[in-house]
Amino acid sequence: MNKTVNHKAWFLVLPVLILVAFSAVIPLMTVVNYSVQDTFGNNQFFWAGLEWFEELLNSDRMWGALGRQLAFSAIILAIQIPLGVFIALNMPKGGFWASFCLVVMSLPLLIPWNVVGTIWQIFGRVDIGLLGHTLDWMGVSYNYTQNPVAAWITVIVMDVWHWTSLVALLAYAGLQSIPQAYYQAAKIDQASRFSVFWYIELPKMSGVLMIAILLRFMDSFMIYTEPFVVTGGGPGSTTTFLSIDLVKMALGQFDLGQAAAYSLMYFLVILLISWVFYTVMTNLDKRDGV
Amino acid sequence: MEWMAWTWPTAIFFVVIASLLITFTILAIKFPETPRVGILQIETTRGDRLFITLLGSAFINLAWLGLTDITQWAALGLCLIYAVAVFRWV
Repeated sequence: MNKTVNHKAWFLVLPVLILVAFSAVIPLMTVVNYSVQDTFGNNQFFWAGLEWFEELLNSDRMWGALGRQLAFSAIILAIQIPLGVFIALNMPKGGFWASFCLVVMSLPLLIPWNVVGTIWQIFGRVDIGLLGHTLDWMGVSYNYTQNPVAAWITVIVMDVWHWTSLVALLAYAGLQSIPQAYYQAAKIDQASRFSVFWYIELPKMSGVLMIAILLRFMDSFMIYTEPFVVTGGGPGSTTTFLSIDLVKMALGQFDLGQAAAYSLMYFLVILLISWVFYTVMTNLDKRDGV
Repeated sequence: MEWMAWTWPTAIFFVVIASLLITFTILAIKFPETPRVGILQIETTRGDRLFITLLGSAFINLAWLGLTDITQWAALGLCLIYAVAVFRWV
């Protein structure tokens, strides 16, 4: 059957286009516009050219935040992905306990980020928090407001607490989709538990794990609320990640031009990494499809 | 538009990007193509190559700005060479 060619249907997309332009494209263009100007408030702008970019590229501030951000993302990925897979492997395969586990695992994902931050902010306090008080009682020196190592551990454990479930649920879904025939074949070959994992489960999970890595990477790379509530970027600037630093610059110092330049570079890094992930994922799909 | 503080250089920047996008859309409609595999071992279309060019150019310009004191126009020249290379080999 021949389809009728009717290009008028494109006009139906127009409202969406206008909406996206108004809410996303034009604001992004405004950021580009601000990044080459300076303002002292009162809506008066002065031409600055590429000064802001140059200043940021030659200052330690942005590189420091970027380094901490990359370290944070790398650490949480290195913990959450293996841990999530391990949990998924050990979850019941069916019946009441499978549903029970799924519900319990989903709980942290349902808690608003601000609340997670507040929970850990209180949980870790030495005077009233259960964790902080217990550690203090055991003689462990732990104070996330003064000790950078304690602050980092708190922020990382909090993120693991909040988001490992997501990896586990995705990995579990991947595991559930493996046909029983593979396991039966492995059993006939007397494959060890590790071989089953390495040659059957891991390859079959790879697609879903790529999505998990991408999601967790992007989320952690843009993290703001939780560390901000717990440490406020401190002590000093040891847990100041890119978003926190950006907000400090844009809303704290009201350096709109500098902040615009900062956010553009931040955006470019995210765009690059997303593109790499996307390309790798689609190419893996194509290879699997052949 | 005064209250949004638009400037001519940003306007030119966006006009260039927009006209690139429009040109490539028209090209894609007039001369449909099959994706090819280049040195990156990934399938790319003209649009993909344009994206790689623009994103790469942004990083070339930033690197130039951060590492050298030479005029920024030189970086733009480098981007053109990069663009030709991307469209030829990627």
